[in-house]
Amino acid sequence: MSAQARKAKAGEAGRRGADVRSDCWASVELADGGGIEVELTSKVEALFGTSLRADIADTMRKAGVPHARVRVEDQGAVPWVLEARLEAALRRAAVTPKADPRPPRTAPPPEGTSRDRLRRSRLYLPGNEPKFMINAGLHAPDAVILDLEDSVHPAEKDAARVLVRNALRCVDFQGAERMVRVNQLPRGLEDLDEVVPEAPDVILVPKVESADDVLQVHARIESIREEKGVSTPVWIMPILESALGIENALAIASATDTVVALTIGVEDYTADLGVPKTPEGTETVWARSRLVNAAKAAGVQAIDSVFGDVADEEGLLAWGVRARAMGFEGMGCIHPRQIRVIHRAFAPSQAEIDRALAVVAAFHDAEAKGLGVVSLGTKMIDRPVVLRAQRLVARARAAGLIPGEGKA
Amino acid sequence: MSEHDFLVNAAGRRVPRVVNGVEQVPYQGVGGYEPKGSKHGPPIRSCRDYPADGDKRVADLKTALQKCGLEDGMTISTHHHLRNGDRVALMALQAAAELGAKDLMWFPSASFPCHEPVMELMDRGVVQRIEGSMNGPLGEYTSHGKMRGMGVLRSHGGRWQAVQDGEVHIDIAVIAAPTADAFGNADGSHGPSACGSLGFALVDSLYADHVIVVTDNLVDFPCIPWQIQGNNVDYVVEVDSIGDPAQIVSGTTQITRSPDRVLIAEYVARFLRDAGIMREGFSFQAGAGGIALAFVQFLKDMMNEAGVKARFVRGGSTQFLVDLLKEGLTDYILDGQTFDLAGVASIASDPRHVATSPFTSYSYHGKGNFASMVDAAVLGATEVDTGFNANVNTHSDGVLLHGIGGWQNCLFSRCTILAVPAFRDRIPVIVDRVATLTGPGELIDVVVTERGIAVNPKRADLLEAVKGSTLPIRTIEEIKAEVEGIIGGRPEPPRLTDRPVAVIKWVDGTVIDTVWQVEE
Repeated sequence: MSAQARKAKAGEAGRRGADVRSDCWASVELADGGGIEVELTSKVEALFGTSLRADIADTMRKAGVPHARVRVEDQGAVPWVLEARLEAALRRAAVTPKADPRPPRTAPPPEGTSRDRLRRSRLYLPGNEPKFMINAGLHAPDAVILDLEDSVHPAEKDAARVLVRNALRCVDFQGAERMVRVNQLPRGLEDLDEVVPEAPDVILVPKVESADDVLQVHARIESIREEKGVSTPVWIMPILESALGIENALAIASATDTVVALTIGVEDYTADLGVPKTPEGTETVWARSRLVNAAKAAGVQAIDSVFGDVADEEGLLAWGVRARAMGFEGMGCIHPRQIRVIHRAFAPSQAEIDRALAVVAAFHDAEAKGLGVVSLGTKMIDRPVVLRAQRLVARARAAGLIPGEGKA
Repeated sequence: MSEHDFLVNAAGRRVPRVVNGVEQVPYQGVGGYEPKGSKHGPPIRSCRDYPADGDKRVADLKTALQKCGLEDGMTISTHHHLRNGDRVALMALQAAAELGAKDLMWFPSASFPCHEPVMELMDRGVVQRIEGSMNGPLGEYTSHGKMRGMGVLRSHGGRWQAVQDGEVHIDIAVIAAPTADAFGNADGSHGPSACGSLGFALVDSLYADHVIVVTDNLVDFPCIPWQIQGNNVDYVVEVDSIGDPAQIVSGTTQITRSPDRVLIAEYVARFLRDAGIMREGFSFQAGAGGIALAFVQFLKDMMNEAGVKARFVRGGSTQFLVDLLKEGLTDYILDGQTFDLAGVASIASDPRHVATSPFTSYSYHGKGNFASMVDAAVLGATEVDTGFNANVNTHSDGVLLHGIGGWQNCLFSRCTILAVPAFRDRIPVIVDRVATLTGPGELIDVVVTERGIAVNPKRADLLEAVKGSTLPIRTIEEIKAEVEGIIGGRPEPPRLTDRPVAVIKWVDGTVIDTVWQVEE
């Protein structure tokens, strides 16, 4: 036992109470003798009592703790959640584990994502709330964001880190891009140490105000990737949440070639302006346009903020349609029901799809005939028009909107 | 032969040969049992013994019970149309207790949390057992072996069948009536405690030795409309209140907000569309569960898009079914019970919203019934196994949780869909073997979960119909394996004793499974 461990002899983590679901509360009090004494109450005692006790014993063994009083109040936590709570409690008791405490990886191996992947919807998942994580992928967002920042109480940041790390190892997000929003720097750099070894696809960095913020994050990510042998790319999505951040948008977007998108946090931005946030969003039009322009200038995606009123699906749809018209390619979701609305808002119209299909067909036709000029009817089609049409067709196909290719 | 003699029935379940002193027929497979003989009948009554002016009122329930010849060991029945607002069942049993009655059998069509005080009556020996449903604390009470007699759980149709068979002889039926006249004509669609249909009480009114109508809204003869005929009624009792209106029907029925359940509901609707079940003139049954309500919303959009309407829908009626009727998306609602204010208003005013009974809808002794004529029924379950056998009665740990309701009867629809989450917290819903067998897998066609849709391999036609659809069609084994990967393996089997505390009846009166006392 280290000197530090002798100072802090106990720790607890997790949540307790009847309203808690799919989570547990764990407390570890280190002792000088008596072995591991377990006090367990669980709503699934009859079904998983033996397994829970074995899991607790195994975690203590890996931590190298021979004597302790361990109390667990379980409300149906799955194993990786129980282990995260026990590990957080052990850390708070200043125990440095003897063996790797991480659960075996059961999620599909990370495959890496592409720079210009479809990023219409990204579903925020509070980093200290396991119950929303397990089924998040079933709602088919383009991305999930395991959030360590605003949705996590300052006193729970350490516990959330462990939970998010385990989620990256154990939850199948069903093909959604796996994003993590770290805390504002410098704390965010410590978050990276915990999560980057698990090969998340994108790191969202809040309150970015300069290219230097991005460079710090980039350097840390790349050194962890190298040290831990993370072979898939870990992209960066800076969140601009201040007047200064917006002013520096181009520099931020261009800071490294791992930046894939810029996004905006309108709550903090309007606070910075000193104006109220309105449902119409007039006060953020300039900032959002500026962000779109800077993103496009740097060759990265522009992604809009979230729409806060979950019940107002019409308002969300209208917001999304306007955002798409401004040049945004997606927005955040705070509830799974927003996902389909956002996908609808960012879907091209049938007229746009028909036109794009015609352009792409004309392009293939011209190529097949060896013609240098693409024409559709009496019009000559420029190269950028073909590129835009190809992108649109790809997006429409992803959304299941190409006729005859099946509809969800 | 005793209650500790068991045999194994056709479903492979160990069941007692005798229940509450009565020899049982073990389950013999779907349609396997053919009862013979004549239906049970109530004693002959003659109008000369009843007041010519039609006024059957007596002072109070105690007087009525006394006049009915209340004795120890009798069976008192009540209905559950007042749901968790019901005051009449307790009023009747407590009046019987005050008269010194012992060892009664309470025969409700269902029980609710408001009936918890019956436990105290059981402790005192007033009530010996319940044949009905044992929910929540009553379920715990029974599962821990505290009820003296053995519980018997029946479906709504099975309750009618048991009465017609004479398996249950109702001595005194106590019928809570939101509106009644002094002759005993009664109805549920009007009055301060309006609850919609009174269909569950019909069998009691027809077959009981004695029938008491209890109302808080006495009107001058005739009570129009009437669903209970006064000609079957012995006494009418007026009370201040038969129930708590806020608990009888909900003001508005809440659709599920859980994203996972909404997803299940959407899959159900898409399945009905893609399998070609949703077509002009089709029919379906939807309950009042959150998923069942949400699927109707999705289906409604799809019906509008496809330009088709239903010939009839069956409920549990709610705002959502009433909307279908009002918007011309169904010709009729055939209503078994009425769940919210919109449903009550509709059944009271719209002739296309028709009250049905467990006889028309479900009974095994009908010359056919509606349940088998419905194109699709969407139901819940607590567990379903890889053979599609399902449990609605007990938790995974074997503790009694719910009654059967119309669930078993609805299995006879042309396409029976269980809409269930694949797991709840860490508790799997798809298992190797259900803790309690309520319905055989051969009648369950589709299991829809948030992690995919499993079609019973016996329904090759349905599998063929959804080929090429974008729905996540998977085998039930695949979904089960995926869930076990998430929850950390298979759960331990329930820890049960060898003492039976209740039996589950199949729709034909045979015993399909046993509920065992849980280990302490």
